Amino acid sequence: MVVAEIRIELKPGVADPEGQNTRKALELLGFKGIKGVRTVKVFEVELDSPPEAAVKECEEMCRKLLANPVIQRFKVTLK
Amino acid sequence: MSRDVRVCVLRIEGTNCEEETARAFREVGASPEKVHLKQLLHQCPKDMARDLSSYDILALPGGFSAGDYVRAGAIFAARLRSALSKELEEFVRSGRPVIGICNGFQILVELGLLPSLEGVMSVQPEAALYVNDSARFECIPTLLKHENEGSCLFTRTLPKGKVVMFPCAHAEGKLMLPQEREPALLKRLEDRGQVVFRYVDPQGRYAGYPWSPNGSISSIAGVCNPAGNVLGLMPHPERVFHRYTHPDWTRSALDPSGDGDGRAIFQSSVEHVRSQR
Repeated sequence: MVVAEIRIELKPGVADPEGQNTRKALELLGFKGIKGVRTVKVFEVELDSPPEAAVKECEEMCRKLLANPVIQRFKVTLK
Repeated sequence: MSRDVRVCVLRIEGTNCEEETARAFREVGASPEKVHLKQLLHQCPKDMARDLSSYDILALPGGFSAGDYVRAGAIFAARLRSALSKELEEFVRSGRPVIGICNGFQILVELGLLPSLEGVMSVQPEAALYVNDSARFECIPTLLKHENEGSCLFTRTLPKGKVVMFPCAHAEGKLMLPQEREPALLKRLEDRGQVVFRYVDPQGRYAGYPWSPNGSISSIAGVCNPAGNVLGLMPHPERVFHRYTHPDWTRSALDPSGDGDGRAIFQSSVEHVRSQR
């Protein structure tokens, strides 16, 4: 069995209101020197496939459901 | 007697505006049916099985289908695409009206049926409805200016330039196009008459927050495909079907028992289907 970590993040330049608002909130709590906050989504998928096939399958999952290519990019890594 | 105008109000778990949407179609004389996706896939008792091709109109109502997990509308869209894409494409190609309201709009975009920049249905999404600029759920009355020249089957009874009030209720309604091609794609939408509604202020001017609740590109609230039979919009016309469901109904001089602004959307599409017979 392999565990794949699928990281979905916004493409550079795409506005991230959740990240910006979180940054504001952190600053209101007194945290200083924050250069930026970005929201990222991570899925952990357990698979019963050999590692190479697992990566391919996860990439297919991203194309079919997990990522919207207009605003997001994805990265698959095996743990 | 003329045949019923059959409307498929399609839902899965988490859809929550199917009652009002079906009711709106019923009020304009159509025969709506609330249909679960599994009924169209025949994963149900035999007598409940339905076929998409037997309906005249397809409506994707609002709600939080599949809990809005992954992205709003993404799971419903992926399920439709994997099992029904051929039937859906045929339905759209046949010119029959398809409407997606709120979550339904998000589903149409994730499904690649809107904004329909290249073909009828794209393999991957061509746009995104992403988190509002305010980063929160916006549930407010919104004013929409009708911008369509007459191609959209759902707004034929609305004059161009008319401002209507449909309330919005969404956290992810900011229409986004691929950044690197944004100006060209926006121009294509405009040139092909696909912009149906834009958010405006009470003076009818394009304006920012809160008049545009989400920061959508070019204040766009609703778009249709080039043929005009597929409409997606974030605000909810079914919630203002009657004048007495407008928030200002006690203050307005208009008859509370009269038509609300939303009626035109349902009326136009049902009239269109009748006129084709």
